[in-house]
Amino acid sequence: MFLRTTAAAGLMAGLMSTAAFAEAHGPDCGPEGQSIRILASDFPAIHAVVDAAEENCAGQAAEFTRNHTTEARQIMNAALTPDPAEYTSVIVANATLTQLMNDGLVRPLDDLVEKYGDNIQPNLLIKIGGNTMAVAFMANSQHLFVREDILEEAGVEGIPATFDELVDAAEKIRAAGIMEHPLVMNMQTGWNVGETFNLFFLAHGGEFFEPGTAEPTVNSEAGIAALETMARLVEYAHPDHLTQASNETQALWEAGQAALGIMWGSRGSAILDDEGSTSEVTENTVLAAAPSVEPGGVPGATLWWDGITIAKNVSDEEAEATFAALVSGLTSEMVQANNDDAVWLLDGFEPGPAAAGVSATAQGGAKPYPMIPQIGIMHTALGNELVGFLKGEESAEQALADVEAAYRDAAKEAGFLQ
Amino acid sequence: MKNRTFFWFILPTLSAMVLFIALPIVSVFIQSLHIEHEQVLVVSESCGPFGCEQTTEVDLEASAALREAQPLGRFNGFATYTNRAHLAFDEIAEAWRTTEDTGAFLRRVFDLPFYKALTFTLTYTAVVTPLVLVLGLAVAVGVNNLPKLLKGPTIFVSLLPFLVTPLVGSLILFWMVDGDGIIGATLQRLTGDPSLSLKASPTLTWIMLMTYGVWHTLPFSFIVFYAGLQTVPRDTLEAAKIDGASKWQSMRYVTVPHLVPLLTFVSLMLLMDNFRVFEPIVSFQSQAHATSLSWIIFNDLRESGNPLYGSAGATSMMTILGVVILLTPVLIRTWRDFNRKAH
Amino acid sequence: MTITTLDPSSSSAAARQMPSALTVISFLLVGLWLVIAAFPFLWTVWGSFKVQADFFSKADWTNALRGTNTIAETGSAFTLRGYEGAWVQEEFWRAALNSCIVVFFTVVISLTFGTLGGYALARSGKQYAFWLLMAALVFRAMPHITLVSGYLLPFFEWNVWGILPTTIIVLVAINQPFTLWMLHSFFLNIPKDMDESAMVDGCTRFQAFRHVIIPVMWPGVITTGLFSFLLAYNDFAVTSMLLSEKNETMIPAIASFLGTTQVEGNVMFAVAAVVSATAPLFVLIMFFQRQIVSGLTAGAVKG
Repeated sequence: MFLRTTAAAGLMAGLMSTAAFAEAHGPDCGPEGQSIRILASDFPAIHAVVDAAEENCAGQAAEFTRNHTTEARQIMNAALTPDPAEYTSVIVANATLTQLMNDGLVRPLDDLVEKYGDNIQPNLLIKIGGNTMAVAFMANSQHLFVREDILEEAGVEGIPATFDELVDAAEKIRAAGIMEHPLVMNMQTGWNVGETFNLFFLAHGGEFFEPGTAEPTVNSEAGIAALETMARLVEYAHPDHLTQASNETQALWEAGQAALGIMWGSRGSAILDDEGSTSEVTENTVLAAAPSVEPGGVPGATLWWDGITIAKNVSDEEAEATFAALVSGLTSEMVQANNDDAVWLLDGFEPGPAAAGVSATAQGGAKPYPMIPQIGIMHTALGNELVGFLKGEESAEQALADVEAAYRDAAKEAGFLQ
Repeated sequence: MKNRTFFWFILPTLSAMVLFIALPIVSVFIQSLHIEHEQVLVVSESCGPFGCEQTTEVDLEASAALREAQPLGRFNGFATYTNRAHLAFDEIAEAWRTTEDTGAFLRRVFDLPFYKALTFTLTYTAVVTPLVLVLGLAVAVGVNNLPKLLKGPTIFVSLLPFLVTPLVGSLILFWMVDGDGIIGATLQRLTGDPSLSLKASPTLTWIMLMTYGVWHTLPFSFIVFYAGLQTVPRDTLEAAKIDGASKWQSMRYVTVPHLVPLLTFVSLMLLMDNFRVFEPIVSFQSQAHATSLSWIIFNDLRESGNPLYGSAGATSMMTILGVVILLTPVLIRTWRDFNRKAH
Repeated sequence: MTITTLDPSSSSAAARQMPSALTVISFLLVGLWLVIAAFPFLWTVWGSFKVQADFFSKADWTNALRGTNTIAETGSAFTLRGYEGAWVQEEFWRAALNSCIVVFFTVVISLTFGTLGGYALARSGKQYAFWLLMAALVFRAMPHITLVSGYLLPFFEWNVWGILPTTIIVLVAINQPFTLWMLHSFFLNIPKDMDESAMVDGCTRFQAFRHVIIPVMWPGVITTGLFSFLLAYNDFAVTSMLLSEKNETMIPAIASFLGTTQVEGNVMFAVAAVVSATAPLFVLIMFFQRQIVSGLTAGAVKG
């Protein structure tokens, strides 16, 4: 299994070098008396990492401040622009790292990794154009959730692995009179529906742009195929699907109103826990790989990671102290203490049932969420312009042409297209 | 009042407004005339926990040089205002050329983001404003007739829709109107249609948003009118009664005229706020069926990763213009009043 | 025989006591409005003592009444988990304290600025006063979100981002147009003779304002203050973008309970927080209810 093997490899490396060293000297926090200022989103796994860093290194630092806010993505570019920057580090995800890199606000970490990264497995380094720009520590992706008891009742054999099998399973559940709308997907207009399109588009082998340019290529065979697959599935989704995102789909699932779902892996542990649902639902819920077009094809998912970056506009000493502190928090003790809060990419993680879907999806060869400078603009255009098709008012071609037109305008304004 | 004294009295408020509103408006306007310098893209490889991929990135050095030469970006005139995301001149001209009948032409036009948003914005303003004015007045009259003891609690209850933060209030309402929620389920039972969904149909979504709009802003007009009612001269009302006027007549000929100036104030504020409708759209996740000008701005600033300041600026400027046009009749009235009072 | 004993005067008294159709309709309307206004809130108060699976049930809304899942998860039909989570675990009181500071100073400064400006505008009579009022209207038309995202970079550069004073000043500034308009119409209603005769007696304009106008302006100021209060108290656009976590006020704190697409939040913490934040407002409105009324009485009517 993908995660098991990386964890094991990391463990080996750890035994050979850092573990014994750290044991003897305590965490290495880099230069003393520096100011460490961290901006991050507000959820438990990120709190855990920053908590560990604070515990290890706040004593050595002159100042250790942290700001966990829902608006992190909105303020981070402005916050890192002045010199000195408001924060020495931002905890980012794929999409948000692109947003910072577009304005050149984060620094390459290669020298710092060399000095403090003994316990970082090489595959966690996010390298762009040869430079390490971030260090990932947790993963996430969308994948399939199924209710085994209902599939069995409807006479579906095995867990659907392709979109055709998924449609088939949904039809059987409907035909058996168990549920009229057995499927849930995050189809809320805007970011969510754009992201759902991405899943299908990548599964169909789509490319968003002509390589090396910002010319859009979503109005392509892959794009149309993706929309048609979406339409076939949406047929079995709740009538309100255009207003439903994770909170709604999770609630439907926990209420036992759905049997098949494409939802975020990070919602897995919340669904499987003993709150908000009945044991009938939680005991029969299985998390599996995201379906693909052909058996063994690319799973329809985007892989996400969360990781550490260091601001460019801060002194080298502050950068060093911040990096050392945050890396000191990425330990197997921290992971063990917060095992179920995330799908950790670190030593000591024991993948439970809630992580099974993400690891199976990653192992199946799903694509990461694209780290392309103009992807945010494309995502927004998709999120807003596909609605016409999903409401049945437009053809797939027309909707995708609208997407490209909307994208072109915004990309011209942002300087990506001329 | 002497100009000098006036200056000192107005200074604090004026400097706050100039610094935090007027200057930003000017800078937003300038920004809306510019687009970003060219982003120089280079092909690179990105590697991470999930393997390596060919990708592109912004060549920061090359881009920085361009940025330095033109800190504001490239001058673009009013091209942002007329592009597809805004007034869409080219697209409308093209639709005019290629469509056969008016119906098809209008469908094409209202598929464009700006016009789609404008349609909802104007409908919302036109429906919600008069309803809030009339219902607010009616409720105020009713509360005014209540026994004294009941007035205080009634006022508090009436203000509730205004007091609870929309962030959570709308979350709860959003659930209530769900097919499985109390209001949605009741409606399904009343109409006998178990598949009725307020969220899936465009018409019902519009009605839902406007109902919410009325519910949420009614307290404002209510409280202002209720206070206004306290000042209706009692002797005039008594005189009307003695002359044999019915309650309805004294309401129509004494109370309402007395409240006209208040009506101006309230409609000014309501028109402006309704034209900038935003909260209900996001709270009820109804972007699929209804968008507004303010929502477009929100989308440009917050949803695109690196914000599109030019687009957001252009839409903001057009919002201001729209508000001014909408308010013109009321403003002319205020101008007359002002001159009458001043001299 | 009772009918014949009724004299004309008593029959007219009966007619006066018999509510007219119009009164009945207006009472019905008020009753209906009160139900519509209060129902979602009462539902929320009731639901704040349930678990999320009941209050936001997708299975059956009557779960919210019966508390099926609440009983299953906590053993009792009512639970204080939401309140405990918000106030103890998430230390919502910090946000409440910050809100108190922000609201207090915003209201005080707004009213000080607005009173001075509104008084000047009401007494000037010059053309530029009218144009200033119009400019204030245009300023109010600017969408707040555009303004706030424009503030970010300068505030970071000047190192004033994230602190309470900055937010207070911004809230004061963007609410000035409304405050100014409202107070201006209030001052128009105070007879000019009052302060002008004081000036004839040798007062300066400011002294006249201080000794003659201030004593009579409170009702209008309190009404305007109530609106300033509500705007600052319920603001999300400004406070969420301009305050750091340490200094955040109640509404952004509530927003952070709601979770994100990827991660589940604690919605019931938010519900409990909202319910508990409304209680002090009840006291406030009961206390100022008279002033609201008498304030607008004197104020906007002739606006």
